Amino acid sequence: MHLNDPIWVQYGYWLQGIFTGNWGLSLFTQRNVLLDVQEFLPATVELILTAAIIDIVISVPLGVLAGRRANTVVDNVVRLISYVGIAVPSFVVAIILQLVFGYTLFWFPITGRLSLGITPPPTITGLYTIDSLLTGNFGTMLNAIWHLILPAFALALGPIAQEARIMRSSVVENLGKDYTLAEISHGMPERLIMLKYLMKPSLIPTLTIYALDISAQIANAFLVELIFNWPGFSRYGLNAMLSKDLNAIVAVVMVAGVMFVIANILVDIVVGYLDPRIRLQVKSEE
Amino acid sequence: MNTRRPGLPFSQKYGKYWYKFSRNKLSIVGLVAIAAVVFVAAFAPWISPYPQSAGLYVNFNQASLPPSAAHLFGTDEYGRDVLSRLLFGFRYSLELVVVVLSLDVIPGVVLGLIAGYFISRWFSTLIMRVADVFIAVPPLILALSVVAILKPGGINAFLAIALAWWPWYTRLVYGQASSIRNEDFVHAAQLAGASSTHIMFREILPNILGSILTKVSLDGGWTILIGAALSYVGLGAQAPTPDLGTMISDGSAYLPAQWWISMFPALAIVVVILGFNLIGDGVNDMFSSEIR
Repeated sequence: MHLNDPIWVQYGYWLQGIFTGNWGLSLFTQRNVLLDVQEFLPATVELILTAAIIDIVISVPLGVLAGRRANTVVDNVVRLISYVGIAVPSFVVAIILQLVFGYTLFWFPITGRLSLGITPPPTITGLYTIDSLLTGNFGTMLNAIWHLILPAFALALGPIAQEARIMRSSVVENLGKDYTLAEISHGMPERLIMLKYLMKPSLIPTLTIYALDISAQIANAFLVELIFNWPGFSRYGLNAMLSKDLNAIVAVVMVAGVMFVIANILVDIVVGYLDPRIRLQVKSEE
Repeated sequence: MNTRRPGLPFSQKYGKYWYKFSRNKLSIVGLVAIAAVVFVAAFAPWISPYPQSAGLYVNFNQASLPPSAAHLFGTDEYGRDVLSRLLFGFRYSLELVVVVLSLDVIPGVVLGLIAGYFISRWFSTLIMRVADVFIAVPPLILALSVVAILKPGGINAFLAIALAWWPWYTRLVYGQASSIRNEDFVHAAQLAGASSTHIMFREILPNILGSILTKVSLDGGWTILIGAALSYVGLGAQAPTPDLGTMISDGSAYLPAQWWISMFPALAIVVVILGFNLIGDGVNDMFSSEIR
């Protein structure tokens, strides 16, 4: 255990273990933490990816709509939604969704990834939806999606609100710029202006916040997975924290950090695609 | 060294800030909401109808009563008055905001100023890389794991949230300070022989105060949110301390039949966060030069 060694030597051993696959023993599951993470991570990745997709698909059109119709009824409705979305904590959203759509209306299942009696698909990626699609089992896939909707939406609501607001203000800002005026005066169809020339610059601040919000979703998954009894990495992490399982806590914090960094790098690449100045700047510095 | 300009009376000097803040009626709504919350929290022992409910207290004759004239927000599973506990719960939330922000804002801003002003020196890089390490882990996860390793409880929750939160100030101030350090007025001060401390705190800081204050007022809401999340999983305030997050988590076991036990505290959190957000928008308007 190297408990006699100074802390930096212990850190060296830990670092060595991380790269050689020895992540330490989890006191909670009595297994190598790496195995635990491998088992539980796909469920959380699936959940967060779904939430991220719902997020961007809803927030961008909402923001564009509100920005184009600034200071009208549409704008005020979107503003109201975004205030509510920002102010309601995700665990409260989760409880309310569960209550309304699960207990009362019976539209969606309350807990878990699949209904009882449905065999999980063979593990290829660990994401049930993709695995069942690859093995051609559409019934299982639909069931998995059905289970994903409520928790993913609980995670996505706050970010949707935030990004819709950012998107709205940058659309409003870009609408007032000279190049938009020039495009309008050249008689370009509004659809083309809105969806291409205005979309690209307006998306940049939105995507910057989007990257941060993915980090917030990873964190909020700790509570949402608890509420929906989602057998994922975050619920595992929370249990590790509650039982003071140090090796597991360290691994969970590290993996969460790595996921956040990956999300940021991906968003930076997309921003580079959207804004040629960023690409050219990097090239001219080389 | 006294560089303060004499002259303008108070009302003219600060009147324009109030004018800009109050142009948006929603900011006023937020200010009123937060003022009301501060008021009821400060006077909770005198205002709340059943102050004994905040402590160790059971009254099973009155357990799980729906909202009525005697118990406006109903009673919980131990017969404690939800409204009274909620008013005391605000105290914990506001304490959290005050402690976390006072632990974070000053060191975060000072470090950010140093890193931003001395941008090419080694300690600037050191400060920012350390901040990056903290930023790479989502604040809630960092706070959760720090509390878990220390010991669950009110004070440790404060410290853990503070530990997770300071780098955001450092990064904000660093970005702004490093962008205005090449402005003419900074060069003028350097030429005039002003000390680095003077330039950082008297020349740069007043120019970026707006964005710092905006972040402070928005963060009032976010820290309450994180505090509630910590309490929700049982790592924040410990029983019987009344706390909004704990009340939601305990009460959600009795959903949907006894909705009032968890839904009123949830509503209270929403009101506080919304209030801080509206104030944040107002503060932002206050310091922005554009007229809308």
